[in-house]
Amino acid sequence: MSSGADLIRDAKEQIREVDPKEVHELLERRNGEVVVDVREQQEFEQSHIPGAVHVPRGHLESRIEGATGDKSERVVLYCASGNRSALAARTLLNDLGYSNVESMIGGIALWKDRGYDVETPRRLTDGQRERYSRHILIPEIGLDGQLKLLDAKVLLLGAGGLGSPTALYLAAAGVGTLGIVDDDVVDLSNLQRQVMHSQDRIGAPKVDSAEQAINGINPDVDVVKYQTRLDASNIMEIIDGYDVIVDGVDNFPTRYLLNDATVRLRIPVVSASILGFDGQLSVFAPYEGPCYRCLYPTPPPAELAPSCGANGVLGALPGIMGVLQAIEVVKLVTGSGDPLIGRLLLYEALSTSFTDLKLRRDPDCPICSRDPQEISDEEMGVFPDYEAFCAAAG
Amino acid sequence: MSAIKIPPVLRPSTGGEREVAADGGSVGEVLSSLAEQHPGTKAQLFADDGALNRYVNVYLNDEDVRVLDGLETPVADTDTLVILPAMAGGR
Repeated sequence: MSSGADLIRDAKEQIREVDPKEVHELLERRNGEVVVDVREQQEFEQSHIPGAVHVPRGHLESRIEGATGDKSERVVLYCASGNRSALAARTLLNDLGYSNVESMIGGIALWKDRGYDVETPRRLTDGQRERYSRHILIPEIGLDGQLKLLDAKVLLLGAGGLGSPTALYLAAAGVGTLGIVDDDVVDLSNLQRQVMHSQDRIGAPKVDSAEQAINGINPDVDVVKYQTRLDASNIMEIIDGYDVIVDGVDNFPTRYLLNDATVRLRIPVVSASILGFDGQLSVFAPYEGPCYRCLYPTPPPAELAPSCGANGVLGALPGIMGVLQAIEVVKLVTGSGDPLIGRLLLYEALSTSFTDLKLRRDPDCPICSRDPQEISDEEMGVFPDYEAFCAAAG
Repeated sequence: MSAIKIPPVLRPSTGGEREVAADGGSVGEVLSSLAEQHPGTKAQLFADDGALNRYVNVYLNDEDVRVLDGLETPVADTDTLVILPAMAGGR
């Protein structure tokens, strides 16, 4: 009966070994060789050779073909010190028919001693792994998608009816930075639908109340508060640097201003509006789909602009529309599915019907038919005097 | 008869109806029939020259009639027209 040490020595005699220096040169040339890390998951996660594929030795037989199906291709295996990779190399050569297999001498330990780079993948903390486990289990999100969410910066315009569910779900989803623009304070009449606020915060600025609600559900979210109204003087400064903007603004002038500024900065906007029992939703992704001005080059007259005064809205309606917005944000950030770009969704609660309409880019659009740098400050948000309109409409 | 989905802002002009049935072989005819039944909708849909107001979009089923043949676009009885004025309101 031979010892473990004998087995390893035998294996090394049957295979070719390669020095880390040569592997380093191989990787710099990148001629199609495959470098495989055969250590355990935890070891791989701590650090590995950049560009290495991970196939743990225990799964070698079942997974190696996923890493390299071509059995004549040059394959370099490594482990911690060069023993497990020698055994794995023998398996590939003798049992699986690979012809060009080598084991790296000294493993990643010698690689590091030589001063070569290693990649240390980002990891979730144990708490994060547990918190986001249901996301990580969905293939379309997974660990990569969750890391993207944690890195994402999303700006919410309005901490009201639509902003409440959106903020809560994006916070729960682990969006790293949530900016909130709102100059209002919590009012009793808000609580019929603005579920992020609460009775004991009546009178408090909505941005503060929102921060409390967001950090109550997920203390890791960095909340950036803008207790102001978005206007031409501050919009570029506020929105720059955000990955996605969630638009729940309640008036047309700001909608147009937002459109023009986001086209210029190429920031996608997840836009929703609500009235009574009816909601609309679309994603305006600059230069990918139409912009708001492609859809509505001119605003409606005041009598058709319900935002001029207070209007009734079913309390749960912003709930469904805001959650749909949150889902579109997650899709945009993680790159999964087909976001609602170039489409508009109508939801009619009274008939419980959803209608999906096609939106087209306007080749003559005054804004998005041009290069973003051509859009001047003076042109942005050009719009009739709505205050006067609204005053006239009473 | 084709069905026309009426948006919330036009419902005061249709007596609160959310969907109205109207006759006509083209988009223009169907919308005119709506305007005859509910005269309050006319000025909101059409400009003085008879063209559609630019702040109102009309869809035949799911397609913008402006990329079809506009008001001339043929309409079948089984079709649905959707009128979609700009909406704002997030509070």
